[in-house]
Amino acid sequence: MTVSQTSFGSHEPVLEIKDLTVKYRGDTRSTTAVDRVSFSIGVGEIFGLAGESGCGKSTIANAIMRLLRDPAEISGGSIRFGGRDVLSMGSEELRRFRWQDVAMVFQSAMNSLNPVMTIGDQIVDIYTTHAGYSRKESLRRAAELLELVRIDPARLKSYPHQLSGGMRQRAVIAMAVALKPSLLILDEPTTALDVVVQQEILAQIKELQHELGFSVLFITHDMSLMVELSHRMAVMYGGRIVETARAKHIHTAPQHPYTQALMGAFPPLTGPRVPLTGLPDGVKFSNIADLREVSPGHFVSPLPVLQGAQP
Amino acid sequence: MTSSIATTASTVSGETLAGSRPGNPVGLMPDGGGALPPQGSVRQPNRTLLHGLLTNKKAMAGTAILLTFIALALFAPLLFPDNPSKITGMASQEPDAEFWLGTTAKGQDVLALTIHGARSSLLVGLTVGFASTFIGILVGLASAYFGKFIDEALSLTTNVFLLLPGLPLLVILAAFLPPGLGTVILVLVVTGWAGSARVLRSQALSIRSKDFVAAAVVTGERPMRIMFREILPNMASIVMGTLLACIIYGIGAQAGLEFLGLGDVSTVSWGNNLYWAGNEGALLTGSWWVFVPSGLCIALVAFSLSLINYAVDEVTNPRLRKIARRKIQTTKPVAAGKRGAA
Amino acid sequence: MRFILRRLGFYLIAFWVSITLNFLLPRFMPGDPVSRMFARTQDRMQPEQIEALRRLLGVDDRPLWEQYIGYLHNMLTGQMGVSISRFPTPVTEVIASQVGWTLLLGGTALVIAAVLGNLLGILAAWRRGGAIDSALPPILIFIGSFPYFWLAMGALYLFGVTLGWFPIRHAFSDTIEPSFSWEFMSDVGMHLVLPALTIVLVSVGGWMLGMRNTMIATNAEDYITMAEAKGLRPGRIMFRYAARNAMLPSVTSFGMSLGFVVGGALLTEVVFAYPGVGYQLLNAVQGLDYPLMQGLFLTITAAVLLANFLVDILYVRLDPRVRSN
Repeated sequence: MTVSQTSFGSHEPVLEIKDLTVKYRGDTRSTTAVDRVSFSIGVGEIFGLAGESGCGKSTIANAIMRLLRDPAEISGGSIRFGGRDVLSMGSEELRRFRWQDVAMVFQSAMNSLNPVMTIGDQIVDIYTTHAGYSRKESLRRAAELLELVRIDPARLKSYPHQLSGGMRQRAVIAMAVALKPSLLILDEPTTALDVVVQQEILAQIKELQHELGFSVLFITHDMSLMVELSHRMAVMYGGRIVETARAKHIHTAPQHPYTQALMGAFPPLTGPRVPLTGLPDGVKFSNIADLREVSPGHFVSPLPVLQGAQP
Repeated sequence: MTSSIATTASTVSGETLAGSRPGNPVGLMPDGGGALPPQGSVRQPNRTLLHGLLTNKKAMAGTAILLTFIALALFAPLLFPDNPSKITGMASQEPDAEFWLGTTAKGQDVLALTIHGARSSLLVGLTVGFASTFIGILVGLASAYFGKFIDEALSLTTNVFLLLPGLPLLVILAAFLPPGLGTVILVLVVTGWAGSARVLRSQALSIRSKDFVAAAVVTGERPMRIMFREILPNMASIVMGTLLACIIYGIGAQAGLEFLGLGDVSTVSWGNNLYWAGNEGALLTGSWWVFVPSGLCIALVAFSLSLINYAVDEVTNPRLRKIARRKIQTTKPVAAGKRGAA
Repeated sequence: MRFILRRLGFYLIAFWVSITLNFLLPRFMPGDPVSRMFARTQDRMQPEQIEALRRLLGVDDRPLWEQYIGYLHNMLTGQMGVSISRFPTPVTEVIASQVGWTLLLGGTALVIAAVLGNLLGILAAWRRGGAIDSALPPILIFIGSFPYFWLAMGALYLFGVTLGWFPIRHAFSDTIEPSFSWEFMSDVGMHLVLPALTIVLVSVGGWMLGMRNTMIATNAEDYITMAEAKGLRPGRIMFRYAARNAMLPSVTSFGMSLGFVVGGALLTEVVFAYPGVGYQLLNAVQGLDYPLMQGLFLTITAAVLLANFLVDILYVRLDPRVRSN
């Protein structure tokens, strides 16, 4: 496997994934959701993972934090974080690893907040568990945290349903950076939000990243957002990475036909309007080969046999 | 009610299921069932339900117990041709070679009473079960299909009936009506239909909001056809669960009613056997063989029905069977579907 | 607040329905059971008592609506007539003297069963496939399949008659004068064990399975994943995140199942001759005491409705989403 290209920023990657394979085991057959995926994220780097829904990107996110439950299971490969083997952590080590080292912003903020606890209590939980602060101290810090994402600290006493969608997502982001983790996973953080709020949230993340210096694994199917935010990115299809390179390289010169189709499926944020093109109906890729370097730092899966445009 | 908790239990789980269980259980549809035409989505779950039940140990054990009792009830007149109430032996005899289950304080054969008792108990239980479920289906479908005022009125009635405490209501109804089997059945249906109506309504409502029902409405299908051909078949598992719970209720509540002396004390049934056992002081004289068999039979029948009910839940709600599947909805079906289609 | 008012309105309707049912039953049922009752008891009564009972039970020449208004008025002011089986005590007095015992028995059993069952359900769902999850449900379903009164008979026979561990009848021994002494209280406690145990045994399975199934659904929610990702301790996630949410439907069914549990408690009382309303109900049935039967029905209904209302208030405290609406 090939992908150990130089990471952005530092030579020691924060996160290093090698040949990760995740299977969903069914009653009669199992499905491989993530198939021999390798990538690494450097210190302070924003790494994007793109692909259509169901391609396995969220599964990777959950695998990194070891949140997968039956019937999903990691059946091969390794996940290393700051030199530590995540897959062999004991339960107490894993519990501390979660949120202190890697935090995650989930897809739907409404569903990822406990509906019967105040925002404040849900932040306090983090501090009392991980930092051992008193409740009073935790509340003070929680208020600071909300201010950091520009939410009125009075909202500490609010329940999730009393906040707007954007506010909820910002509260979740605040929670995610509470312990200053070195990696932040963003799993489609803006999917459920309207465009204006989307932009606010992304600006917020950029600002926090600038301030706190964490690395980001950014997962989305929205290519224009991804290109805008990421340093490097990978495109996934059917559980495999088909192309990975610097975001601007993929933006300007996508190599794999699937990447090209994805790039064509979203309007550019700026510039003239162009007709959108997607993948033609019926085109499928199978037996995606391992990545090969086509130019420095740009890896592409060699062009598969097209089984397209049938029957 | 005597067996109420079984009813409550399944009502509780039924409620949760109605919320979490989609019209077509995702786990049972191989590849992306969303776009299937109504016909496909109508038939498939029912066939898989049957198949699932046939391969489920709990369901098979439950069915075996139930069939045994039905067979005993059917063949009771052949096994014990005499009137079971007839006094055939000494009073309060312990079980022996002649009377396998001993005799009552009057000297009746307990085994004969128990086997003949199955007839009335099963008859009443099944009748009450089917009638209550039928009413529940009608109310549930009407509520879901017509909505608005009709739904409001029906829900209010259902909820009021659910709230009125069952046993006291049974007692005053049974006390004012002329005693007899018909009264027992009528009274049990009156007190038992509301639970099933509530569960079936919530399920019918969720199916009513599905696109294929909207399509049927738009294409001008008659209301009756929509209710019974489009909505009802998709509720098969819930209807089945409700039916089982109602039968359990019927058998248990009949026994409770009869135990209070509000049934027709001249018929032979498990509840009446227990009534007489209590009246003749079987407990205080230590004649355990008089009251144990009938109670055990009620419990076994109710247990067998619970087993089947439990199996229906397991088959139709993969979550209860497998350890919680979570991310699977967002990742697996599409990936699998795409590849399968390629 | 609107939620509470709506529920209150609903309970008032339910109460009105039960009064109306009481009013209609003796007037429209075939066979005229009321005359039978009068035939049996007339000679013991004063003429004005007979007249009052006639009116109560519909042997009355006034137009129906006039009867109905009078009846509603009587019920709402607590005039439920005199008991036949305990003549000439008014029905309200008979009920008042017994309702406490039922509350004691039913309340104790219900609370124990609900707390125990829900805890077991939480544990079973949390450790899917563990010992509690695999062994208990079938056992509890089996026990729950027995009629309340039959288990009561079994418990009475085994622990009362054969082993002699617990008293078999009544709520306290005749030899002890009721007082707030330790002696009397422990005697009451001993009398409570078997009937309460019966009710707990039959009903605990329902609570457990209900809670288990809701917990399983709740455990699949995103906020549980998030809580796990937050690296919280398992106990915290289990109770504060999962169980705290899963208990909401459980609270609702608590109210709903009250009616059932009351029924079971009544039958249990009959077996143990426990002097509560259930035992009284049996006496009323055997003595053709229609006024008492009706009074008991109404009282029990009112109690169940009130309990449901209290549960609603609790629910509002537990679910912030309802509170703000």
